[in-house]
Amino acid sequence: MSLAYVATRIGSFFLIVWLAATINFFLPRLGDVDPISQMLVEQAATGGSIQTGLDEMIEIYNEKFGLNTPVWKQYLNYLGDMSRFDFNYSISNYPQRVIDVIIRALPWTLVLLTTTTLFSWFLGTLLGAIMGWPRAPKFLSFLMPPLLALNAVPFFLLGLVLIYVFAFRMRLFPLLGGYTAGTFPGLTPAFLRDAAYHSALPALSIILVSIGGWALGMRAMMITTQGEDFVTYADAKGLKQRTIFHRYAIRNALLPQATALALVLGQLVSGAVLVEVVFSYPGIGNVLYEGIRAGDFFVVQGIVFILIVSIALATLILDLIYPLLDPRITYRRA
Amino acid sequence: MSSVAEVLTTQEPRYDEEARTDRARSALGYLRRNPSLGIGLLLLVALLLFVVIGHLTVDVTQYRPLSTRPLQPPSRDLPFGSDKQGRNLYAVMVEGTPLTLRIGLLAGVIGVGIGAILGFIAGYYGGWIDNVIRVVVDVGLTIPGLLILIIIGMRVRGGLTVNQMALVVGLLAWLYPARTIRSQVLTLKQRSFVQVARLSGMSNPEIIVKELVPNLLPYLGASLVISVSAAILASIGLEVLGLGPFEAPTLGMTIYWVDYNAAIINGWWWWWVPPIVVIAILFTGLFLIAVGLDEIANPRVRNRV
Repeated sequence: MSLAYVATRIGSFFLIVWLAATINFFLPRLGDVDPISQMLVEQAATGGSIQTGLDEMIEIYNEKFGLNTPVWKQYLNYLGDMSRFDFNYSISNYPQRVIDVIIRALPWTLVLLTTTTLFSWFLGTLLGAIMGWPRAPKFLSFLMPPLLALNAVPFFLLGLVLIYVFAFRMRLFPLLGGYTAGTFPGLTPAFLRDAAYHSALPALSIILVSIGGWALGMRAMMITTQGEDFVTYADAKGLKQRTIFHRYAIRNALLPQATALALVLGQLVSGAVLVEVVFSYPGIGNVLYEGIRAGDFFVVQGIVFILIVSIALATLILDLIYPLLDPRITYRRA
Repeated sequence: MSSVAEVLTTQEPRYDEEARTDRARSALGYLRRNPSLGIGLLLLVALLLFVVIGHLTVDVTQYRPLSTRPLQPPSRDLPFGSDKQGRNLYAVMVEGTPLTLRIGLLAGVIGVGIGAILGFIAGYYGGWIDNVIRVVVDVGLTIPGLLILIIIGMRVRGGLTVNQMALVVGLLAWLYPARTIRSQVLTLKQRSFVQVARLSGMSNPEIIVKELVPNLLPYLGASLVISVSAAILASIGLEVLGLGPFEAPTLGMTIYWVDYNAAIINGWWWWWVPPIVVIAILFTGLFLIAVGLDEIANPRVRNRV
């Protein structure tokens, strides 16, 4: 792994983060009115339960981003705030800061997403590898059509169906939420068991939908790999089929699967946001949904930024691991 | 359908009756050999039939709230029942399915249009312009489009119409087509017929339009279908989050109302079963068509699936 490769990858990571911050800054300001200050004023005018702290927020906001400040200075202020992960107060949950709201929700999303992603990647890849092998049991080929059909359906739709069948009809799982109401989140065994029980359906809907895609990709790669000369050579050498399968076919077919993992992350986050909404799962997606419904611009901006940064980070990590998996890969300027 | 027939029949077009039945028969024969494409088209045609028959059998203006008594289970008068706001759900499906299709189609065409132009330019000309396009696409693909759409949606809160929504989704839909079309062009331009064309004095734009585009047509078709499907997914996602056109009875908005009113845990199954079934048919159909077109574009796949 050359230094130039690492530098390019890290460079593109910062490029993405900067771009995310810039989009976050300019998109809402595209029109002639600043929708954020407008919303703040609106909230202040209507009054009600969230009155507290609004005046203070408007003051801080005007100082940093008000009409008296030139745009470039506002932009610099904004970039400064973003680099410190300072997303201001949550309008609808004053005096909580947006970053605290996010940090509270983040573990839920992270645990749900990493476990389901890795699990479905592993299971799907394994299934695809076996199905791509000529000596695979016949019944496996019947598994493919239903998995593919599921793969075409969005996560959250399957989620709705699962809620109806397993939670509403059969009452096997809780209807919604991340833990039983009234219990306090903490790292106790009882709470973790409760949380796992609540996560079962959201996890199942993500896993069932993603497995088909992984299996299909792996199966195609296995078939391509088996046509390669080195497999024919191994066969001619008289190696055991089992050895060829493990050492030659699977290993080589795995590489594109690893690349795809990085590409899929982005889509997965978008999809998982909706799964959380459907299940009222206390993760980032649900906070985002509440933020949208309450018109809480700071929360939405903060979450969008955090999500983009974490995806960029995951991509960076995978990019840095990848050359270790496949020494042939170097970053070439095509 | 016709593009399939065109790809198949290599013979000179004869415009008499006999040739037409020939073509139709060979197209049908091909669909039998390419079942993904056949079944996919069948699913979409079934949806269109549903819409057409629906328009003939129901007053579609009943998609509006307060059209009927609320929360009626399916009956003779209301085949799909009605929702809490008194929409006739049959009318909602008949009116909403083509609306959702329109968002997907518009956004998909915009996406593949821009993506194809950029992909052909980047792949064919190479050099600095390729570098710029490649970096933009690579960076852009890392950022989930839905998040950008959410920020835009917040900006124009509640003011989005169906067409604006298609436009917004389409403006982000070109990244993936640009990348895949570029890589196709990269391999295609190495082929000898392109070199022959260049040696025989064809200009670059001429080569792109006359040599490259026709060869990539099935591929562009598959690309379009994938983009349409992705655009529909993005639009439904936005709608479920509450950033869709509130006046329009699209499939995504129906799901939004289902979620908003907690229809599932209240046992109002007739409210959410139709949109989910229609969306599932839609996505499965589009997916199968994309697989089928991919098979035309890349016949080696045929041995695989």
